[in-house]
Amino acid sequence: MAFVVRRLVFYVVAAWVALTVNFFIPRAMPGSAVQDIMSKFPNLQPSAYKALEAMLGVGHPGSLWHQYTTYLDDVFHLNFGTDVIEYPAKVSTLLAQTIPWTLTLVGTATVIAFFLGTGLGILAGWRHGGWLDRVLPGLMFIQAIPYFFLALLLLDFLALNHHIFPIGQGYGYGLIPGWHWSFISSAIYHSLLPAFTIVITSVAGWMLQMRNVMITTIGEDYVLAAQAKGLRSHRVVFTYAARNAILPQLQGFGLALGFVVSGAIIMEIVFSYPGIGLLLFNAVTSDDYPLMQAIFLVITFTVLLANLIVDLVIVFVDPRVRARGGT
Amino acid sequence: MSATMVPISADPSALAEGRERFGLWKRLPMKAKVGAVLLGLFVLAAIIGPMVTPYNPSFQNPLPSLSMHSPNGSYLLGTTESGQDVLSQLLVGIRITMELAVVVGVVATSLSVIVGVSAAFLGGIWDEVLSLVSNVFLVIPALPLLILLLGYLPQKGQLATILVLSLLGWPWGARVIRAQTMAIRNRDFIAASRETGEKTWRILAFEIVPNEISLIAASFVNTVLYAIGTSVALAFIGLADLSSWSLGTMLYWAENQQALELGAWWWFAPPGIAVALMGASLVLLNTGIDELGNPRLRDASRASRIAGRRLRPTDPTPVLQTLQGRHGVLAFLHSFSRTSLLDERPRRAYNDKQPRQASSAVASSGEWQ
Repeated sequence: MAFVVRRLVFYVVAAWVALTVNFFIPRAMPGSAVQDIMSKFPNLQPSAYKALEAMLGVGHPGSLWHQYTTYLDDVFHLNFGTDVIEYPAKVSTLLAQTIPWTLTLVGTATVIAFFLGTGLGILAGWRHGGWLDRVLPGLMFIQAIPYFFLALLLLDFLALNHHIFPIGQGYGYGLIPGWHWSFISSAIYHSLLPAFTIVITSVAGWMLQMRNVMITTIGEDYVLAAQAKGLRSHRVVFTYAARNAILPQLQGFGLALGFVVSGAIIMEIVFSYPGIGLLLFNAVTSDDYPLMQAIFLVITFTVLLANLIVDLVIVFVDPRVRARGGT
Repeated sequence: MSATMVPISADPSALAEGRERFGLWKRLPMKAKVGAVLLGLFVLAAIIGPMVTPYNPSFQNPLPSLSMHSPNGSYLLGTTESGQDVLSQLLVGIRITMELAVVVGVVATSLSVIVGVSAAFLGGIWDEVLSLVSNVFLVIPALPLLILLLGYLPQKGQLATILVLSLLGWPWGARVIRAQTMAIRNRDFIAASRETGEKTWRILAFEIVPNEISLIAASFVNTVLYAIGTSVALAFIGLADLSSWSLGTMLYWAENQQALELGAWWWFAPPGIAVALMGASLVLLNTGIDELGNPRLRDASRASRIAGRRLRPTDPTPVLQTLQGRHGVLAFLHSFSRTSLLDERPRRAYNDKQPRQASSAVASSGEWQ
């Protein structure tokens, strides 16, 4: 329990840091949304500045402390202000439209990659020096290819030239999103290639880590004891070695999530997938600052939440953590 | 004076040193060798590349026949849509990307050494605060924050990218180095130097840091890897100085002007492959160094096959009697249950002379009670 409380406190602190950084970046950096609009429309009078600020709710009235508390209050009520580019739309509405796409695709693909990579890592670690070990340098090369480059090549080859997969987008043209089969099947069909790219680029990392921990674990005395008892090799692998080797892997999962999310942002840009990454890209290209800030918060909070879940899983799986009550 | 007259080959110490250096190279795992050679080629290209570019990378040849020309004798990697030479762009791009990555690597690694070592050595409240800060920046996803920071900057030049990448690149290294320093801190030689009245900064700089040099090197390689990947991705989204030629901006322009759709592979492929090879060489180098330090990770080339099992010299003597167990997926799932550790019932004794197939048939039918 003490461990869970410690971690909870940590994530609250991390969330607060993210919120505060997010608050100070626009105030410390030059450039603002209002200035941007002013420069886009040169015939606007300087007096329009205040009016624009009030319209977008980005003006900074009151003391810094007052601004800070108002900001925290707004975020707490999921009020991220009004969007600059798609003006009357609320930022929170835009976010609500895109989050499910990303969460479903990236979540599923990451879990698949994690289990596949861990499984392959167990095999590679156990059959050390076997054929899986020999393909490892090849996998490392694939992992080193920039994410978007591989995605573009696959898109070009499989979708543009061979028409096996659709060319980007989240669902077929002219379909109305809803809970009916024609839409769902189209969405699944459109998500296959993006999911495949995420899996193929991240599987090597999981595999390499699991393999290395497996090899170290196999050298432990209790594995030797299990072998000496005459247990079947698969039993030694899964019950004795893999079960312990998977703990560092789980701890790594939480931290690697940030990289996966980063990759997913790029992936969505390449595939024009209607998720939060594409929204972020559009926000960047059109200098849509409020949207950028809101997306940063949403992504960070999702990663923090996922980390918390991983920690709870670790508490459940690893009795040592429960016994020690902290790290 | 006389020492200079002695031929070098006659100096025994020089000979021994030479042999040792050669020996270290020989002892390096294959992966590290391949990685080092590959990386050396890129470093060479980065140093002399910009001096030998056949054309000015930004020069737009107005000849319509030179728009997206496929590779030929005078344009070894073809031309872009506006008639620029791809090879010249690539050579300059390798230089700029490499420069950025190395500077970020040096700055961020220095930060992680300073933070990691001081957190572990000072202890107490310092340790708590520094560890907390590095852990917090470890869980906050880097790319969205980088995009936010660079998005707000009006000038997205090389220097801005270096600053922002270094600012967010140190926490992982700091964490690893802190852990290592904690392990070294209580060793006898540190206690000895403290007893002799060494100043704290001297202990840190001359006793602790030299003992972590391999870890620092690995952390540096990882940071360079991160800097290459992230800077290329950021440039690809357009968050870079788009008038300079880095590998990322090359990809940005190629994608922007639809090189792939128009079939101009010579424009699109070289920067991507260069990034991939640079990344792969660093990964290979890192795993190679890892294997050098951890003999268990080394290729099991000396493993022999006994009774269908691969055995390394460090493995225990194979025991051919096996216990009752489940098979395949079921075994895997069962191995995670609590009861799995309690129901290890040995099977009937295994006869050495029996063939293997027969033994598994016995296994499934008879159970030892």
